[in-house]
Order: sequence, then structure tokens, then C-alpha cells
Amino acid sequence: MKAFTRETSTVAVIPGVNCDTDQIIPGRFLKADRAQGYGQFLFHDIRRTDAHELDPAFPLNRPGAERSTVLLVEDNFGCGSSREGAVYALVDHGIRALIGPSFGDIFFNNALKNGLVPVRLAADQCQSLAEHLNRFPDAEVTVDLAASELILPGNLGRHPIIIDAFARECILQGLDEIEMTFTYMDKIKAFESDRMASHAWLAR
Amino acid sequence: MLGKIWDEHEILRHPSGPSLLYIDRDMIHEGSFHAFADLKRRGMKPRRPKQIFGVADHYVPTLGRTSSAAASPAIAHMIDTFDENMEWGGVRHFGLTSRAQGIVHVVAPEQGITLPGLTIVCSDSHTSTQGALGAIAFGIGQSENAHVLATQTIWQLRPKTMRVTINGRLGHGVTAKDVMLALIARIGAAGAGGHAIEFAGQVVRDMSIEGRLTLCNMSIEAAARFGMVAPDETTFAYVRGRNYAPNDGEWEGAVSHWRSLVSDADAEFDREIVMDGSDIAPMVTWGTSPEDALSIEDRVPDPASFESADKRKAVEKSLDYMELAPGTALSGLKLDKVFIGSCTNSRIEDLRAAAAILKGRKATIPAIVVPGSTQVKEQAEREGLAAIFRDAGFEWRDSGCSMCAAMNGDVVGPGERCASTSNRNFVGRQGPGARTHLVSPAMAAAAAIHGCLTDVRRI
Ligand code: SF4
Repeated sequence: MKAFTRETSTVAVIPGVNCDTDQIIPGRFLKADRAQGYGQFLFHDIRRTDAHELDPAFPLNRPGAERSTVLLVEDNFGCGSSREGAVYALVDHGIRALIGPSFGDIFFNNALKNGLVPVRLAADQCQSLAEHLNRFPDAEVTVDLAASELILPGNLGRHPIIIDAFARECILQGLDEIEMTFTYMDKIKAFESDRMASHAWLAR
Repeated sequence: MLGKIWDEHEILRHPSGPSLLYIDRDMIHEGSFHAFADLKRRGMKPRRPKQIFGVADHYVPTLGRTSSAAASPAIAHMIDTFDENMEWGGVRHFGLTSRAQGIVHVVAPEQGITLPGLTIVCSDSHTSTQGALGAIAFGIGQSENAHVLATQTIWQLRPKTMRVTINGRLGHGVTAKDVMLALIARIGAAGAGGHAIEFAGQVVRDMSIEGRLTLCNMSIEAAARFGMVAPDETTFAYVRGRNYAPNDGEWEGAVSHWRSLVSDADAEFDREIVMDGSDIAPMVTWGTSPEDALSIEDRVPDPASFESADKRKAVEKSLDYMELAPGTALSGLKLDKVFIGSCTNSRIEDLRAAAAILKGRKATIPAIVVPGSTQVKEQAEREGLAAIFRDAGFEWRDSGCSMCAAMNGDVVGPGERCASTSNRNFVGRQGPGARTHLVSPAMAAAAAIHGCLTDVRRI
């Protein structure tokens, strides 16, 4: 996982409440090996017109959008399927942080495991940010994970980034969770042997 | 109940909040190849292979039981890779020709892999299904899956709790599926975010395990972390004698422990929702989110009738996609296809409900049934249900996820309208441009007969 401390970027606004992971990456691309990069599948179908061409109206297709490493999204972003491919597509496209009122739970966890920072911001603040970006498309936000702070443009102020401390620590250091958990292996094994003693049928 | 099972599995709590939970059983399917690649990269193997079970479901062909019957070489490759990974990891798995093969969330309860009081994960969001037996069961991503394979644990924050009490009785023609669509329509697709739902009330107590599995299955469509039903006599009777359940000698001890897990009478929940079963009608979705559900007697809503501007925009977009005009009656809406299947509604009881409607009648549009497991398929054949479906003109397929997620090549064509017993009516879910109306199995059967959305109570 790539460590994340602070990111300043312009913002692409992705419209739509309940934007599910099928929209972020359609199921038919999930067969692909990660090595070939998942960025090409990001929002694959909703980025395109019915004639399968890139739709110039879609935010990520606008000139300059490739510079944005932060997306502003709507309520319940990433709901639906648990496919981590949705996070791979965002990460491989170069997205480093998301700002939105709420996220699908599994998606949220998947994002954290891949160093993609989902920032929950109150719905009215998101709305104000969207309006601001509408007027000033080049405005920048700063996601300062080290200071647990989201800095919005104009007079929109600073907002706390609330991510559980454990995940935050892992992301700040780009820490590998499996290796970290292995440091508790004695405790895991002790717990396990107790459990197996009373639930022998579990591991038959 | 959540608290009791949680505490029993908590190895430790990190000072910063999350618990390190012991995972009793992990289910694997073809999509798990990323997690296996991760392990291989690290030079690791699954730590507790006996607590891991694999089954191929998302990509499997439903016309034939070899990977060569798959819709494309790339899909066949997914199935073959799965088999290789299972062999490599020493993981017990149910391949295409196994009698235990089927959709992971149908197979796990059927085989007794899912049991009360366990923690169960699977890299699939509908793992919530399995909470119906009184387990903590939840979907995880591939990074988390690799973590479970490597350590048999997971870091989790304890969710808030929500009790959904459904009092009274369900009316004729109303099923667990309708209860869930009514609930999601009421609280919204994000309505249970961050919560574990416990289903309670007379309707749930009267419900079979099949029905409870349907409830918990769709709790993820309300964004719940888990769905759960307290284990009771119905649960114990269902579980007893299944392949991976406690044996006769262990049975009494296990049941007495399971009984102790039930929520206490004075248990407090962070949120309470109460519904009356008799208020619920057969439901159908009209839009592209499961929250876009209404009674079959209703009409397509006018976007202007929604309070929030965001929702108005979303409704306009989804009506455009669904090619529906506000005010159109749902009953009578012409369809191109019917799909009965998916982990929501492909168990034996679902097939019985559909067959009861179809008996002696004919489908007037293309329709397929995909049983949730090979065992369900065989049972349905023994009970004569398969013959009823075939006589009605349905295609009788082999088990798998099939047209629910359209990953195996079974798709609804662009612009086609399908009544489906699955769980997601998302844009493109059943294939690019496909239009999905979610319904119960009985409603799907009624729709097949008339070629349009139909109130099953009128048949
Ligand atoms: S049937 Fe559908 S929802 Fe269920 S596991 Fe398969 S693809 Fe997922």
C-alpha cells in the first residue's frame, strides 16, 4: 500500500446518489489480472455514450480532469457488491481520496486497505463544495491525513477527517496489515486452541 | 445477540478501536483470485484450510458442468484458476460436478457450514444472507480475504444495532422478498448504514429458514453490515444432520450454547423499526436502486413528488434508463424475460412457490430458472417441480449465479425488461442496458404467464 499523508488536488465531481460498485466497475471486467491495471475500467459504462464513445459531459472526460486525484461523490457511494475491483479501478486511475456524505461499508473498508482515503463530509458541506467547484473548477482541496483535516477552498473552511485511528495509522505509514496482525500470533493461537477445544467440529 | 457473538470472538481490542475477531469459517469463490495471488506473492498458504470452503458460482455455466461449457475462454479460465487455487491451498471445494456445488450463500447453510454463533466471512456482499441462522456473517474485500486466509482473523469495528420487528402476519401472496423491498423502500438503500440488523417479530418467527435467508440476504441492499435472526427451534431443526454441523454426540451441547446467544428481553438497540406484516403487498421495483420499490398496485412515481433535489435527479435518471413515464401502472408493464434464481430466491421453497403458480399454465415470454445449488436442483426434480417449469416453457438450468450478475454470460439484452428474483436492479447489473424489476418468485411466475408485471394475488 502506498503511504498517504497529505494530498492537494483539484476535484472531479461524480454525480449520482447510491453510485454502486457496478457503476464504478462493471462486473464483466473483474476477470482481469490486476497487473494490467484497473484504471481503464473506471466508470466504464457511465463514462460512455450509447454509441460506446467517451461522453464529453462526464466529469472525468473533461479536459484537465486527469489532474484530479480527489473525487466529490454523493450519498452511499460504493454501495452494492463487495468487489474490491471498484477500489482498484479508482486507485489505478490515480485517485487518492474521496469526499462524500456517506459510503458503502465494505467499499469504505476496501478503500482503506488500499490507501484510498474516503472522507465523510456533511451533506450540506458537500453541496456547498459542489457549488463552489461549479463556479471555480480549478479550486483545490487538501486532504491532510497527518493532521486529520480536510481543507476546502474559498471560505468553506476546514473539517475533521474521521477515520478510525487504526486504519489511519496503517495508511499514514503504508503499513501492511497482515504483517502487523502476525505480531499478535501468540494471542491468536491461544484463542484458537480454546475455541477448538469447545468447538471441535469447526475444523473437521 | 450481536454483542454476545462478537465478544465470544474478540481476541483483543486495539487501543485505537477495532477488534481482532476470530473467523470461524471463510467461504471462497472464483473472484477470490486476487487474495490467492496476494498470498502467493507473500510466500504464504492458507493458515487453517479446514475452516475454509470453496465453491464456484459467479462464473459457472448453467448449460453444462465443465469449464469448457463456459461462455468464453476468459470465463473458463476463471473457473480453472479457482480449482487450481483451491488445490494449491488445500481448501475443500465444491467444483462444478460436485453435488454440493451452488451459489455460495445457498450452499453454506445447506451444507451446515453456516451455523448459529459462528463468525463467517466471504468476499461477497451477500454473505449477510448467512446471518439468518444466528451467525455474524459479512462480506469482505479481497485484501481482507487475504488477511483472513493468512491469519484466520479480521479487524472490525463493532457496528451499531438496529432491530427490525415485523409484527402480525403476511397476507396471501406476500413473501420475505416483499418484506425486504418494503423495508428498503421505507428506510432507503443507505438506511441501515453502519448497523447490524436483527430481524424480529411474529412474521420472522413464523418464517422458514429459506424466508429468513432472503431477509438477511437483502439487508445489504439497505447498507446494513450484517443481517441476523435469533436461532430458534426452526433453526435447530434445519441445521441438524447437515454435513459440517456438530454431530449427534455434540448436538445437545451446541444447541444449549446457541440458545444462550439470543438477545435478552431487555436488550437495547441503537435503532428500532417496526412494521406490520399485514400492511405489505407484493412488491416490485421500478427504478435502479432497490429502494425504488412499490406495491404492484402502484404507479411509477413522478420525480417531482420527491422532497430531496438529489433524489429527484436520481429518479429522473433512473426513469430514463428504465424507459418509464411517471404515472404508468406497474401492473401490466410489458416484459421481455423472466429470471428465477440468485442467492435471494433460488432455494427449494422459492421454486415451490413459483411452481405452484405455474402449474398447468404456460409462460408467454422467455423465462429461465436457475436453482441455487445442485442439491436444490435435484430435490426440485424429485418433487416434480422441474417438470412443472419445463411444461410451462421455462428453461431448467444448472445452478450458479447466472443472470443475477451476468458474469457467466447469461445476460439480459440491452433495452430488455426482465422480472427477476435477484437482489439488485442497478444500471447494467444484468447486462449493459438491461432493465430489471425485482420481484418474488411467485410474482416472477405470474409475470411469465402474462408477459407483464402481474399481481400474483389475481392468479
Ligand atoms: S447470486 Fe447474485 S448476489 Fe448472489 S452471490 Fe451470486 S452474483 Fe452475488
